[in-house]
Amino acid sequence: MSTNPQAAKLFGHASGRNYLNEGKTIKSWLLTLDHKRIGVMYLIGVTTSLFLAGVFALILRSELFTGTGWFLSEAMYNRMFTLHGAIMVFSFIIPSIPAALGNFVLPMMLGAKDVAFPRLNLCSFYLWVFGTGFLLTAMITNSLDTGWTFYTPYSIRTNTGVLYATMGTFILGFSSIFTGMNFLVTINTMRPAAMTWFKMPLFLWSLYATAIIQILATPILAITLLLLIAERTMHIGIFDPAYGGDPVLFQHFFWFYSHPAVYIMILPAMGIISELIAVYSHKKIFGYSFIAFSSVAIALLGFLVWGHHMFTSGQSGVVTLIFSAITFSVAIPSAVKVFNWLATMYKGSIRLVTPMCYALSFIFLFGIGGLTGLFLGTLSVDIHLHDTYYVVAHFHFVMVGGTLTALLGGLYHWWPKMFGRMYNDFLGRVGCLLVFAGFNMTFFPQFVMGARGMPRRYARYDPEFQIFHQMSTIGAFVLGFGILLAFGVLVYAVFRGRRVGGNPFGAASLEWQSSSPPSYHNFEHKVVLNDPYDFSAMIWDEDIQTWIHRSFVTPEIPAGKKPVPTSDH
Amino acid sequence: MTAADLTAATDDHHDEHHHGPFIAHHFDTPMQQFDSGKLGIWLFLTTEILFFSGLFCAYTLYRYHHPEIFVDASEFLDKILGGANTIVLLFSSLTMAWAVRAAQLGQNKLAGRLILVTMVCAALFLGIKAVEYSHKWDLNIWVISKYNFNADFVPPAPEGAVARALGISQWLVNLSIIPAILFSGFLIGGFVYRGMGNKVVSSFFFGLAIMMSGYFLGAIAGQMYQNSIHEHHDAAHTAAHIPLDHGPAQAADAVTRPQAIGIFFSIYYCMTGLHAIHVMAGMAFLSWLYYRSLRLHWRPDYFGPVDYVGLYWHVVDLIWIYLFPLLYLIK
Repeated sequence: MSTNPQAAKLFGHASGRNYLNEGKTIKSWLLTLDHKRIGVMYLIGVTTSLFLAGVFALILRSELFTGTGWFLSEAMYNRMFTLHGAIMVFSFIIPSIPAALGNFVLPMMLGAKDVAFPRLNLCSFYLWVFGTGFLLTAMITNSLDTGWTFYTPYSIRTNTGVLYATMGTFILGFSSIFTGMNFLVTINTMRPAAMTWFKMPLFLWSLYATAIIQILATPILAITLLLLIAERTMHIGIFDPAYGGDPVLFQHFFWFYSHPAVYIMILPAMGIISELIAVYSHKKIFGYSFIAFSSVAIALLGFLVWGHHMFTSGQSGVVTLIFSAITFSVAIPSAVKVFNWLATMYKGSIRLVTPMCYALSFIFLFGIGGLTGLFLGTLSVDIHLHDTYYVVAHFHFVMVGGTLTALLGGLYHWWPKMFGRMYNDFLGRVGCLLVFAGFNMTFFPQFVMGARGMPRRYARYDPEFQIFHQMSTIGAFVLGFGILLAFGVLVYAVFRGRRVGGNPFGAASLEWQSSSPPSYHNFEHKVVLNDPYDFSAMIWDEDIQTWIHRSFVTPEIPAGKKPVPTSDH
Repeated sequence: MTAADLTAATDDHHDEHHHGPFIAHHFDTPMQQFDSGKLGIWLFLTTEILFFSGLFCAYTLYRYHHPEIFVDASEFLDKILGGANTIVLLFSSLTMAWAVRAAQLGQNKLAGRLILVTMVCAALFLGIKAVEYSHKWDLNIWVISKYNFNADFVPPAPEGAVARALGISQWLVNLSIIPAILFSGFLIGGFVYRGMGNKVVSSFFFGLAIMMSGYFLGAIAGQMYQNSIHEHHDAAHTAAHIPLDHGPAQAADAVTRPQAIGIFFSIYYCMTGLHAIHVMAGMAFLSWLYYRSLRLHWRPDYFGPVDYVGLYWHVVDLIWIYLFPLLYLIK
């Protein structure tokens, strides 16, 4: 029995009214302007895309179990890897962390009631739905075999559903732009006056940097795809060499967006990791301003390196050299982050709960993904490695080992906040282990065979690569099972999990000052601005089974509430 | 903080919004809402500029590779019509800026009228643009793959009865079908709502009809101009059509020489077409503003939407200010 019913209502488990049961009709979900519900709908959407594209991945990995062809024709194989790539990149990874988790967490981290433009937010979600719908239309009508990059001139000539797919990607681009605009404006204008830039949680810094990229890079993709559509329908001769057009121009345009897009994928992931490492080390984040600025630095440098995707395209030697040099410089802010995370853990009181396990595996996998990027940025080496499985392994280490791992870590971290229920931590960790092991088994052999000359996107291969391909295929199924388990544990928790209070992990950023799940207006009280990384200010409240910021507790500490001893960290 | 304090905090949370009818629930002050919108629209305009930047990039690249094509091809564009459109858009920017000021002062009637003038200018622009397009299509000047102009080509007499009766291009008749449907629909809507006694909505529909009449004004004036210079103009074309056998043309084997000039028109149609789509979107936004002006929504602490759409309209204008010299005034 709680001695303080008011506090229990504000900070505890919200068994009464909360955002989940504020309206019960389907319409109240589909037309909601609440950022939390939009975030949950996005989460359902991107997860569906993840499983769909994951199935394509497993199909093509199964086909590659033998080198001589098993159950797919070459044409079908081309379609499988194209659909896997296009759906994963445009429908899943790019919106995953910002639109699903960011939507839920960002306004709450600011102590705000909503994002700046709630209707634009809903519009962005429906654009995502329509865009994905177009991609799926391409899939079921005539499929798509251009690779997710839509390179000309093949994308002008092939008679597969390029128009649907480019239209879908065009629409998804606007969805991404609107999310970015919304977040940037929200962080600028909805911050409480006392929360200065350097008092923001680092997740917000990374979302801010992401928003800059979404706003500045995505329009270029939009016009590129529009020109490609015009090229396919009217043959305007801008990309089509048959009419004097320049197909390499398409590559320049495409990568001017798609390289920064890589940072749209990884920056929010880094932001999540910054939160997780600090909370589960129960220690103030090390080098706050360095981590913050490194996000912005990565965002800006990301605009200057697109040419490293085109080292073999025949662009000029001088340009190639410059792109290579700038590519190396991206490693600096990335390494700054990694070192600061490690320094944060040093002498922290580390809790190896599921989110922390994901954070640790992120650091390991992103480390490999990042460092192998340096090999690819080296001109002479890249000539050898270009378009081999080495590249495939590299970007999967960044996108899956980085972004997907961070997404799962973030979900496990904020899940009790989103649904007020705790998951089974043991099974969560088992899932994390399976994801980690399966992932490495899938993609580590690909480095080896790539370096030995196995080209990417080939449906058939020589016997010397068979052992690597078979390891990779087995690993892919382990990874798939791990991801299924990870999501299964979370979904089970929504219905059967133990009820938890507002702040079960002792995190100090503002979103944890609400009840779990939060009410429709997020906070039923005035939030107390505090240092998001000052965990010593958090006090365990035995009555309502949650951590509370000490300013909410009366100065004379009543029985049953005692500060947590801080001597152990 | 005690439980009592927390209760107090909870209570005053609920009565902090008495700032007027248009403040969204999640903003604290009208100023915060205005600033958010303003930053948002500037970011959106940034994306718009970047959206066009791909086309400017293509323009630069192909002009660098084929300067002679651009010089020759720009002769096909009519400086008078382009210049008239520039003046129309500049004037509409003036009325738009004035409308923002009127809304800021809460002068809804004046704001509404100025917005209506801006809408008419937008439609006028499209009318003149339609004349330009249809004249080129008459001459078989298309994007590069369908480009089939030849200097001796005599444009056929208009085929349809309507076009023949009016002495105008068949293409212009085709382009004007949708504006004509819209015009009559708006007119009918205006009369229906007037019959129902709904003054605001009927004025709105009549306003839209006036806007669409701007299109016909532009189309008719443009076509009259086009007819008056017809003879003279064709002679100019013949003179301008220098055989394109100089300068390095890429992929020369694949490209038949006279057709290479089509790359200019590919870029011309992409740039002006995308711009025209933005003008149409602007007309939709302006119509929304016009409706809200009729509903007397603007007040000194709430005029954001006029300001935001105004900025958008200025950017659309600005893009044309760049397109005009880049495409029409090369020589």
